[in-house]
Amino acid sequence: MGDEGGPGDYLPALNEKAAPNLRYASDRGSDSALSFPSKKLIRSLRAAAAGLSVLLLTSSAYAINSATSVFSRDATPASGSYSLQLFVYAITIGIFLVVGGLGTYAVIKFRAKPGDDKSEPVQIFGSNQIELSWTIIPILIVVVLFLTSARMIFAVQDAKQPVNSVKVTAIGHQFWWEFQYPDYGFTTANELHVPVSDPKTPTPTFLKLSSADVIHSFWVPRLAGKTDMIPARVNEMWIDPYKPGMYLGQCNQYCGTEHAKMLLRVYVQPRAEFDAWARNQQKAAADVAEARAGRDVFESQSCINCHAVKGTIANGRFGPDLTHLMSRDTIAAGAAQNTPDNLRRWIENPEVFKSGSNMPAMNLSPEQLTQVTAYLSTLK
Amino acid sequence: MSDSALPLLGGVRDVTIDHAPPRVTSKGTFLETAHSWVVTVDHKKLGIMYIVYSLLFLVVAGIEAMVIRVQLAIPHNTFVSPQVYNRVFTMHGTTMVFFVGMPILIGFANYLIPLMIGARDMAFPRLNAFSFWMSALGGVVLYYSFIGGVGLSNAGSAPDMGWFAYAPLTSKAFSRGHSTDYWTISLLISGVGSIGAAINIIATTICMRCKGMTMFRLPLLAWIYLVQAVLILVAVSPLTAAQIMLMVDRYLGGHFFDTQAGGSAYIWIHFFWIFGHPEVYVLVLPAFAFANEIIPTFSRKAIFGYPAMVAATVAIGFVSLGVWAHHMFTVGMTSVSNAFFTLSTMLVAVPTGIKIFNWVATMWGGKIRFATPMIFSVGFVFQFLLAGLTGIILSVSPVDWQLHNSYFVVAHFHYVLVGGILFMIFAAIYYWFPKMTGRMLDEKLGKIHFWVFLIGFHLTFDFMHIPGFLGMPRHIYTYEPDRGWGPLNMIVTIGAFIQSIGTLIFVYNLVHSYFKGKEAGPDPWDAWTLEWATTSPPPSYNFAVEPVVGSRRPLWDVKHPDDLDSQWE
Repeated sequence: MGDEGGPGDYLPALNEKAAPNLRYASDRGSDSALSFPSKKLIRSLRAAAAGLSVLLLTSSAYAINSATSVFSRDATPASGSYSLQLFVYAITIGIFLVVGGLGTYAVIKFRAKPGDDKSEPVQIFGSNQIELSWTIIPILIVVVLFLTSARMIFAVQDAKQPVNSVKVTAIGHQFWWEFQYPDYGFTTANELHVPVSDPKTPTPTFLKLSSADVIHSFWVPRLAGKTDMIPARVNEMWIDPYKPGMYLGQCNQYCGTEHAKMLLRVYVQPRAEFDAWARNQQKAAADVAEARAGRDVFESQSCINCHAVKGTIANGRFGPDLTHLMSRDTIAAGAAQNTPDNLRRWIENPEVFKSGSNMPAMNLSPEQLTQVTAYLSTLK
Repeated sequence: MSDSALPLLGGVRDVTIDHAPPRVTSKGTFLETAHSWVVTVDHKKLGIMYIVYSLLFLVVAGIEAMVIRVQLAIPHNTFVSPQVYNRVFTMHGTTMVFFVGMPILIGFANYLIPLMIGARDMAFPRLNAFSFWMSALGGVVLYYSFIGGVGLSNAGSAPDMGWFAYAPLTSKAFSRGHSTDYWTISLLISGVGSIGAAINIIATTICMRCKGMTMFRLPLLAWIYLVQAVLILVAVSPLTAAQIMLMVDRYLGGHFFDTQAGGSAYIWIHFFWIFGHPEVYVLVLPAFAFANEIIPTFSRKAIFGYPAMVAATVAIGFVSLGVWAHHMFTVGMTSVSNAFFTLSTMLVAVPTGIKIFNWVATMWGGKIRFATPMIFSVGFVFQFLLAGLTGIILSVSPVDWQLHNSYFVVAHFHYVLVGGILFMIFAAIYYWFPKMTGRMLDEKLGKIHFWVFLIGFHLTFDFMHIPGFLGMPRHIYTYEPDRGWGPLNMIVTIGAFIQSIGTLIFVYNLVHSYFKGKEAGPDPWDAWTLEWATTSPPPSYNFAVEPVVGSRRPLWDVKHPDDLDSQWE
């Protein structure tokens, strides 16, 4: 582009440049005489590094034990992601130490010293060999990282669905979760139950994810990474949990006012326990004579526009299915514990737990409230 | 260099200072001054207006950030309602990207490019003024939403659907009232301004270079802005198209994104990130540009590997157009797509790495002077390295399935935007403020600003990564106490307060030094590019005689006539 000289001139040989300017060489000599960085600085840097690693270690121990930690070996996609994370972190920390170390050295070593003459240092314009080496080495690292990740991507996304897997259709709503078990013929909400999987005969749970309104995202960190629930589209994911227990999660894609209170629970149960739970969910709603008054209120008010109770005229789908409401530990997608008292407060005024909830305050009389709460409390 | 020893540029004596008209001491009435700024087409005045305008919005969006941090300091906090919180985080993100980041960086381009390439103005001065006023109007429209619509209660009808506004949350069914409309219209308007500015930057860089300034003698800053401007053209257009489609959906019965009528939420995500990811590079490239000027000046060495830096910039420009779907690893793409975007995203690390290596190599063997612009740049190099590495972590899609939309991501991109870009914006202001105003910023206050801000930054954003590991999603107005996120969020909030103290020191420094700062003279940093060859502030015509240059560092040649750069380039 009209520059003088060919490409070979781009790198001036260091000696050529430095030779006629002896002042550079003498500068170098005086550099080494100065004992910088000082021992004190090195000591404090070392102390800081030690402190930092202690902090890192304690916080990572803390992280691994958290109920919503991404470092988990409790289920399959999560544990694979965990190992891959350790690998990626090791590589990135290695890069940071090398590059950061070189940078730190340069900043400390090549600072202008007090009492320095005003001469300029040797001007070095570049080196094709060096540029080439720090292009190729990163490319090699990228290749390694990519191949490792690609293996995991295909293993997780293209996994075959075993015949004895449990199938669940999960549908996101503003601001709660609907879970349908097509093979069992029932629907529940907010608390997903799945059987624990025996590594010898795995019974993973395959989820089909969609949304009834806006985009949501299904995330239970200790079990698997997240998958979005997009309206008019079906996504798939699977979990293969090894350890029974209750796993916490929540909506991970901003979905409106109460996105923060769209909480999620997954109960991983031993097979027999899961089967018993499923058998109970398949039953029609309990019909208890003493709760008749409450049922009348429920069915004569607009409750049934949004809620379903199997075996009754209530078949609304806009809100959670209440057939076995009392088998759940929480209400309002985890915003409150499921106690009769909380239930009553929730029906009276949903804003006390969740101000942006789509459930309206029903303006029931205190007597009606008591009756409806009593009725709902029988839906075991 | 003393003022009298005037630069000889390629053998032509620049007589700017001799022939400069006497400084006008009478400033005119307030109205006259205001009028001169409103009607100006001078690239320097417009550049300063862009920068001042963005700094005002930086303060506004910073206050919004503080509302967010106070609300999240403890679990189940009720400092603001969920409705207000959602509006505040949407406004924070939108403002920071569109009304702080974009305009301040375009402002520097406006101010610096003509000076650095020896031109008298931008290629299209009136388009330049038009672009500025469009960008400015966009911000005003966005903030009018606070008092428009339903009034002052509940934060008015400010947008509340997040800065990426995923459909169908923006459809009439889920976004009643006009909050989405304010957001859409303001971005449409400012988008026109950005596109105008980009065209201007491209035309200026290509057509307005002075004699002897070949493309390979172009200051790296101008090179990088050229690539950035091309990215703006390519990236902002899809956003503008998507905004128009959204308006058609909302007002003309269209169904582009209306999932209840056969539209696709998925298409919006693609449109948004086809804009959104190159946008990240639109914001970060200027930070590289500043570093490429500041680090050599204070290391007293030429930039290491100029051709490699140009190549890396162009490579980043190209690759960044093919990585957008790494924001979409969780939307249910096929395994092949996920693998492709994992690879393309990782590849960005290669040219970016080259830049970091070259900065370190530039400092290597230098005599580094730690003036305020330099310490901010050194902070930038290390923080940007970390931000890049967390970016590598997120590019691995099985890891991203876990960390996507968690606080780890929030920490990652704030590391880029604050630890990288904002640090370099501070560095650039400390570096070029003397050129713009003729006065130095106070060095002592500058260093206090740096250390306070640095401590605040690391308290905030280092600790913000950990809640992400612990499963904390972004965009939540509160969280459950049993998750263990509370203490970490408290530390983050304390760090945010320390950062605001640092920013206040900076604002004080700006105002104080504008009136009382030390006289700067034409070349306070003993630098090598053309803007330092003219007076501070430069006359409206920049150079009395068009400069002629013989190398990448014309003022080095002037100062070292026995050791011309051209023999090594």
